[in-house]
Amino acid sequence: MLGALTQLLLFQLAGEVLARSLDLPIPGPVIGMLMLFVALMLRGGPGEGLQTTSQTLLQHLSLLFVPAGTGIMVHLHRVSAEWLPLLVSLLVSTLATLVVTALVMRLCQRTPAAPGETP
Amino acid sequence: MNPDITQIWVYLSASPLLGLTVTLLAYQGAFALYQRSGNNPLANPVLIAVFILVAFLSLTATSYETYFAGAQFVHFLLGPATVALAIPLYTQFKRVRSMLLPVLAGLIAGSLTAIVSAVLVARLLGASASTQLSLAPKSVTTPIAMGIAERIGGIPSLTAVLVIVTGILGAVGARYVFDAMKVRDPAIRGFAIGIASHGIGTARAFQVNEQSGAFAALAMGMNGALTAMLVPWIADFLMNIG
Repeated sequence: MLGALTQLLLFQLAGEVLARSLDLPIPGPVIGMLMLFVALMLRGGPGEGLQTTSQTLLQHLSLLFVPAGTGIMVHLHRVSAEWLPLLVSLLVSTLATLVVTALVMRLCQRTPAAPGETP
Repeated sequence: MNPDITQIWVYLSASPLLGLTVTLLAYQGAFALYQRSGNNPLANPVLIAVFILVAFLSLTATSYETYFAGAQFVHFLLGPATVALAIPLYTQFKRVRSMLLPVLAGLIAGSLTAIVSAVLVARLLGASASTQLSLAPKSVTTPIAMGIAERIGGIPSLTAVLVIVTGILGAVGARYVFDAMKVRDPAIRGFAIGIASHGIGTARAFQVNEQSGAFAALAMGMNGALTAMLVPWIADFLMNIG
C-alpha cells in the first residue's frame, strides 16, 4: 500500500516535471498516467500492491471531485446573470457529444468487420 | 449560545479537521443513498454530496476557503488517482487496441461536437463573448479546461463551474441516452461518457463496469490533450464568423 502510493506519487511528480519543463498543455498527472502505462507494458503488469491500491483509489473516484464541486458556491453569482444560455448550452452540448461519439464509434466498428467483436 | 459550545465551534471552524470530516461524512451519506437507489444515475453521489456541503457551509456561514483548508487533503488525491487510471487501461489494453479506429474517430467527432455545440448554442441564446469562450473547453478535466480558458480570453473560474456541471449532467444522463440509442457495448458507453464529461463521468463509468471505466479514462486523457490543441483555433474561427 505504502510502496504503491509512493510509486503513484513518483509518476505524478515525473509527469509534473515533464509538463512544466516542456511547457505541455496537458497536466502533470495525465502525463504521469501515460508514463505508468508505458512502464506497465514494459514490466508486464502491475504488482499486487499497485493493483489493490489503485482499485481502492478508483472505487471512490467520485469522492475526490467533491471539494472542487463544492467550490460552485463561490461562483454561483457569476452564473446567475446568464444562467439560461449556460444551462441550455451545457444540456444540448453534453447530449450532442454523447450521441455523436457513440454513433461515430458504432459506425466505425461495423464497417471493417472486426473479428469476434460482437457486443 | 452556550459559551462552551461557542468555544468549541471557534476551534473547529479554524482547524482543517472539520472540512475534511464533513466532506467524508457528506460523501458517505450520498453514496449510501446512491447504493440504496440501486446505483441510479439520478442519485449521483457527487451531486448529492456537493448539495449537502453547500447547504452546511451556508447555514454555518463557513467560507469556502476555510472549508477547503480541510478538504484539500481529499482534493490532493485526484493527482495519484489520475495516475492510477493507467492500471485499468493496461488491463483493458487488448480491447482498446482492437478498437483503435472507432476510438480515434469517436475522439475527434466527440471533441469537436463538445466545443462547437457549446459555443454556438450559447451564442444563439445571446451569451456574451467571454461566456462563450469560457464554455468552449467545458468537457475536459478542470486543470486543462481552466488553462485553456485563460489562454483564449474566457473566465477560468466560470469555466471551473461549467466543467463540474457538465460532468454531473453526463454522469446523470448518459445511461438514458445510450439506452434510447440501444448502445450496449460497455467500451463505447464508457468512451463516450469520458469524452463528454471527463472525470466525473469516468467515476460513474467505473461504478457500472470496469471496461467502461477504462475506456472513459482513456477518453478523458485523449480529449484533454486534443481539446487543448483544438480550442484556440476553433475559438478564433468561431469568434470571427460571428
